[in-house]
Amino acid sequence: MSKTSRTAITMPARAKKGSIIEIRAIAQHDMESGFRYTEGGKIIPRDIIRVFTCTYNNVEVFKADFYPGIGANPLIIFTTIATETGTLEFKWVGDDGYEAVNQARITVS
Amino acid sequence: MKKQLPLYFLGIVCALLVLPGIAADAIAGNKKQSSYELMSSENKAMQDDASLNPAMFWVGDGEALWQAKTGAKQESCISCHGDVKKSMRGVATQFPKTVHGKLRTLEGQINQCREVRQGAPKLAYESKDLLALTALIAFQSKGMPIAVKETAANKTDLKQGQQYFFQRMGQLNLSCAQCHDERAGLKLGGSLIPQGHPNAYPIYRLEWQTLGSLQRRLRNCMSGVRAQQFEYGSPEMAQLELFLMWRARGLPLESPGVRP
Repeated sequence: MSKTSRTAITMPARAKKGSIIEIRAIAQHDMESGFRYTEGGKIIPRDIIRVFTCTYNNVEVFKADFYPGIGANPLIIFTTIATETGTLEFKWVGDDGYEAVNQARITVS
Repeated sequence: MKKQLPLYFLGIVCALLVLPGIAADAIAGNKKQSSYELMSSENKAMQDDASLNPAMFWVGDGEALWQAKTGAKQESCISCHGDVKKSMRGVATQFPKTVHGKLRTLEGQINQCREVRQGAPKLAYESKDLLALTALIAFQSKGMPIAVKETAANKTDLKQGQQYFFQRMGQLNLSCAQCHDERAGLKLGGSLIPQGHPNAYPIYRLEWQTLGSLQRRLRNCMSGVRAQQFEYGSPEMAQLELFLMWRARGLPLESPGVRP
């Protein structure tokens, strides 16, 4: 896996204050479990995303640990409450120095 | 009692009306069905919603490759073909296609362009780059009907492909047709046998955990019947692909599809 990869965020661009918003975050990643072997019998080393975090105006609102049992290109769907206008930052950190960051703006009225 | 009688009769009338309908369908039998119809609602949603479809990452990679200059000639796809959305619209519905007397699959055409126009080495089958370019091009035909026709140029290849489809192979001695023609809609193990139309390739197959080409899928079936697999990029593969596309003509492309 390369040091970073494509990610995509789907969430509303505007929301009413206090409403619940759904966020979808997907990352392109092989999620190599570390339990597989090559045709030559050599073990393929584990290479997975370890942690996913979401911060809302620098306040952590969601965090998930990933494990080898999670499939490739993991998609996470979660919700948060729209409190104020600002930026949500999404960060995926994994094995072998992998890191991917994405951002999305939300206007709260 | 008087009220129940008409209901009872209505039931019989309904049954009589329904029965010929089913029989007619079974006789017609050739209504083409995408295996999309056999999927769970979750998997359907995954294919339809671009924010859920993992194959869209390959389309994104393909867009980057489309613009990248490569090979000895330092040419990019965009320098000849321009905007992929315009130039590649509907292209995937016509492949495999006979070009200068030789049958070419979409992957084969991409590699031909790379070798001749860009002076770059061929991309390996199932490599990320080839899948990305195929996905990008096929995506431009999403929703368009498969337009492969029998022509004077592809007649012999089409016939050969048809022969492969009906030919028994492998230790299990099965042909494609025995499952995907004669027994489509019945069950193999726990799962429904699809009609086997190649209308969503390249597909993101959940079992594979990645994107894959039609040829990978065909090799899957061949190993399943314990047969010697056709080689990637071989003429036999192209002929079988051609027959399958012709057999699925009219079905809209769903590329890049999601399959379980």
